[in-house]
Amino acid sequence: MTEHYTEPTGADVSLPGTAARLHQGHTEGTGHIEGTGGIPARFADPGLDPHVHRLADHQEKAARRAERQVAALFGISMVATIIFLVAYFAIDLHTYRFVPGIGQANLSNVVLGVSLGLSLLCIGLGAVHWAKTLMPDTEVTEDRHPQRSSEEARADAVDTILAGGDASQLARRPLIKYTLGGALGLFALPLVVQLAGSLGPLPKAELSTTFWRKGMRLMRDPQLTPIKATDVTIGSVFHVMPEGIDKTAHLLEEKGKAAVLLMRLDPDEILIAKERDWGHDGIVAYSKICTHVGCPVGLYEQQTHHLLCPCHQSTFDVTQDCKVIFGPAHRPLPQLKITVDAEGYLVADSAFREAVGPSFWERG
Amino acid sequence: MRSLASRRRHPAAILILLLLGLVATGGLYSLLAPKPAQASVATADDMTAGRKLFLANCATCHGLHAEGSKAAPSLVGVGAAAVDFQVGTGRMPLAGPAIQASPSGTVKYTDEQIASLAAYVASLSPGPAVPDGQYTKGDGDIARGNELFKVNCAMCHNFVGSGGALTRGKHAPSLRNVSGKHMYEAMVTGPQSMPVFNDTNLSPTDKNDVISYLHEIDKNQNPGGMTLGNLGPVSEGMFVWVFGLGLMVAAAVWLGSKAA
Repeated sequence: MTEHYTEPTGADVSLPGTAARLHQGHTEGTGHIEGTGGIPARFADPGLDPHVHRLADHQEKAARRAERQVAALFGISMVATIIFLVAYFAIDLHTYRFVPGIGQANLSNVVLGVSLGLSLLCIGLGAVHWAKTLMPDTEVTEDRHPQRSSEEARADAVDTILAGGDASQLARRPLIKYTLGGALGLFALPLVVQLAGSLGPLPKAELSTTFWRKGMRLMRDPQLTPIKATDVTIGSVFHVMPEGIDKTAHLLEEKGKAAVLLMRLDPDEILIAKERDWGHDGIVAYSKICTHVGCPVGLYEQQTHHLLCPCHQSTFDVTQDCKVIFGPAHRPLPQLKITVDAEGYLVADSAFREAVGPSFWERG
Repeated sequence: MRSLASRRRHPAAILILLLLGLVATGGLYSLLAPKPAQASVATADDMTAGRKLFLANCATCHGLHAEGSKAAPSLVGVGAAAVDFQVGTGRMPLAGPAIQASPSGTVKYTDEQIASLAAYVASLSPGPAVPDGQYTKGDGDIARGNELFKVNCAMCHNFVGSGGALTRGKHAPSLRNVSGKHMYEAMVTGPQSMPVFNDTNLSPTDKNDVISYLHEIDKNQNPGGMTLGNLGPVSEGMFVWVFGLGLMVAAAVWLGSKAA
């Protein structure tokens, strides 16, 4: 015991307003409760707060007012529904009017939406107001009853099961026991096979490869016309698809992987030798699919040479082989090696050397 | 006539026919061949006036010979289109140092002054000219323009041209209610962060289609009212989070409160 307080008695604690304090009952240094700090062995059930009656419970006038309020809410709902029905037929679908708060809007849309919303809202408000003011609100306590059956009933149940087991002769006839086990066990397999089968085919190499092959021309998207190297002036950006992409059966999947961005920089501004070698005279082609979650990285700033992804602001520096300089992406954008064919058109010099787009489980 | 027909075997006839053919071909060619987009021909007077304006208003930053300085880029070779865009939209002269020039609302010069400024800058070195009116009218194929816009422009300027943010405080401006001429000039010259979309990338017809799409968007009415900037899920989601969830929380509090 310390000098800071006197030992409270049990009677003290049981009085309302003098709760046991945390430091009471602790012996310094030992850190455990010894049970002498004035906490009673058993807390008394404080019971429910006294019930407060509502005005409508004992004043007939107030009750009638509440009734009228509920009826009024239901009435407003009916009026709103009728407005909806009339407006549905009466208002021309192409009428635009100024509506306070939301500006110029389609009148039919606004009236139908507001009236139907008001109609449903007033039904709800009325029901809740009815429950809160007029329906009984006295607190009710229900005790929990023991759920365990009597000893005889429990013993009876065990006897019944054992007798049934004996009657089936399972223990005496092992042939039946083992074949039944085998049949039931095997039956689980079709369920497992169907579940595994319904997960779809394995992706194989589809995530790692794109439509691009060596020798394919770079085509403008969406015109699908080939691009001459001389067409690409410094500061330009071309959105590119591989030649023949429109002939594939899975157009959207292939486009989603094959989209490429073509830019021309002053070759002296390119800092990485590999980037210059894989391009043509400062023209470089990079995958447009963000390595974070696969959004199209299309925002090219021609002065800073930053490529920005609109989804999560990953920023790639085109002068440094599209290295990530900001944002959640972790890998640089894959570069497509390009060259020029005999007619002066830009062509891919190889397929993408690595998987484009976001990371996936099997990616090396 | 008879005399003419009788002389058809004259040795000189073949020469005359050849000459006639050449004149006809040359004449037809000059009439029908596509002309490079050229603004109205600038006179020497325009150029002198433009030079005066330039020295008085632009040379402080862009240099006495438009060679550029630390504060501003060189204007040699930017062409008349760049001048018409930057000055005609009120971006230039720059009101003060800023991360990027934004339209200031008031255009400081008359059309005539802008034209002579443009003529002076264009005389320094060839560059894109102010576009021919036929490609900026916005009477092209709206659906095709929409497709081109979605591939080439929408990532920065938003799918209905509301504009959007770029890196480090820069932004792509809104394209609502911008004149076709200025949009065309922006595509050709690539102002500031914007890449260049030259005629081999988007042909003049393509550009006209894009302009047509954007003009059509300007006419669009919004059935729901309150566009919230047409910025897509961010502003709309924000609205629902604040007002929609706010209302639900208020309703839950009301439902849970005791009547008395």
